[in-house]
Amino acid sequence: MKKSTNWPVTILIALGSLLILFPLYMTIAIALKNPEEMAQSIFALPTGLHFENFTNAIKATNFFNALGNSTVITITTVVFILLTNSMVAYAIARNMKRKFFKVLYFYFISAMFIPFQIIMLPVVKVTTDLHMNNIVGIIILYVVYGLAFNVFVYTGYIRSIPYELEEAATVDGASTFGTFWKIIFPLLAPVSATIGILSCLSTWNDFMLPLVLLGDQDSYTLPLVQYVFQGQFSTDFNLAFASYLLALTPMLIVYLFAQKWIISGLTSGSIK
Amino acid sequence: MAKRRVAFYLMTIPALLLFFAFHTFPALQGIYYSFTNWDGFSDSFDYVGFKNFVNIFQDENVLNSYVFTFKYAILTTILINIISLLIALGLNAKIKAKNFFRGVYFLPNILSVLIVGFIFNYLFANVFPIWGEKLGSEFLSQNILGNSDWAWIGIVIVAVWQGIAYNTILYLAGLQTIPHDLYEASNLDGASRWREFWSITFPMLASFFTINMVLAMKGGLMVFDQIVALTGGGPGRSTQSIAHLIYTGGFQGGEFAYQSANAVIYFIVIVVISALQLKFLQKREMDL
Repeated sequence: MKKSTNWPVTILIALGSLLILFPLYMTIAIALKNPEEMAQSIFALPTGLHFENFTNAIKATNFFNALGNSTVITITTVVFILLTNSMVAYAIARNMKRKFFKVLYFYFISAMFIPFQIIMLPVVKVTTDLHMNNIVGIIILYVVYGLAFNVFVYTGYIRSIPYELEEAATVDGASTFGTFWKIIFPLLAPVSATIGILSCLSTWNDFMLPLVLLGDQDSYTLPLVQYVFQGQFSTDFNLAFASYLLALTPMLIVYLFAQKWIISGLTSGSIK
Repeated sequence: MAKRRVAFYLMTIPALLLFFAFHTFPALQGIYYSFTNWDGFSDSFDYVGFKNFVNIFQDENVLNSYVFTFKYAILTTILINIISLLIALGLNAKIKAKNFFRGVYFLPNILSVLIVGFIFNYLFANVFPIWGEKLGSEFLSQNILGNSDWAWIGIVIVAVWQGIAYNTILYLAGLQTIPHDLYEASNLDGASRWREFWSITFPMLASFFTINMVLAMKGGLMVFDQIVALTGGGPGRSTQSIAHLIYTGGFQGGEFAYQSANAVIYFIVIVVISALQLKFLQKREMDL
């Protein structure tokens, strides 16, 4: 059944996509202009490229330090989430008949409905008392808080994996940990991709936890740095937009190269 | 087999302890503080019973934040779901450059809410009014975020701009689960496009509709980053969300215990709404 291109829909979709692209065009254009060019026309393409906006923004926000922090926090969080949350879900999924694990399952997933605000005030106190108001602490919190949603997704997926595969391994003398690493974990690849992408996006872009938790300026993440320097930018929009663009660029680059993979990763996980 | 059982406990107990220490324990502490008068800094505080809760129900700022958060959450949920369903239908049709457009529509989802908010903040103040002036409308040529009656609409616009991305992807995934022969059969029966949508597409998307409604509503009720970036809660307190009020009152206003009580109520509200939504929407799924 081959139908021809649906032009009216194509045109509507194209027009709609302009609404998405326009603010991004403005961001790039303003970042590359200087105040005189802005005065002539806000919308026009920049004539000269004012890269000094970028060098100034890098200096003002200590950009590379924040980039490093965001990268370390995000990568470590995602790796630990994939390794630990999947293992917890495996133990739960294979023992659903036992009361302890069943209670554990509902205990974890019920936390999905608890707004962060209810634990926000005390958790800052707890982490400060334990001297965990730093990068290591924030990673631990992300990994632990991930359990609520990830256990739900992983458990559903693991229960659809036939038991026989593991039984064979157990008969051959593999330990439970060995069975998990060698047999189950590789089978989880599609759902791990989805969880990895979602955790990566939410950790990289998270603003609230760094805001309340990170005390030391040297450990600030990219969104937090934009927030802190906002006041300083208020008079120089070109500098501000250069800084926004710098902060958005790492993810834009990743997305440009992995776009297909990211979208299909999210769709395959949600269909299941 | 006992060894196997021990291994399963080893896999879960560390996670359980950490989760209790950093999630459940703080939540219980929050509930405990809500019955005290602690300001967050002092060495001592007293137990005050339900006083905080009584005061919250008479607090105009709290009431204000609930009204704003609810109208914001309801409007964004409706708009996000209608628009993302339409876009998903469009992206699922026979169109040119399908993958390119999918990439574009999902793009906002990868961007930081805070930075997107800062960008729109500038657009509302300096760019959109230029168009308003050209259209000769006095209303459109002002900064909508500076108007206490309309600032909330500005925040809705930004949230919808960014929020449709993820919901579109979920609807798109849903559309791909619908068997093709259903459409072929309806074509043979001569059903109109409109009829086809209401009789096949929409019912088959029921579970995706449920998920999207619940996610969008929950996201709306928890709005924080957009507020910080766009209005800071102003003008006045017209766009102060519940989350923003808890944050500012609790950390900067010396209302640690008082806002803990607010958070407890907030928690109950979110649980009740999510549960009602699930119950109501899933019933619709059963009726198929």
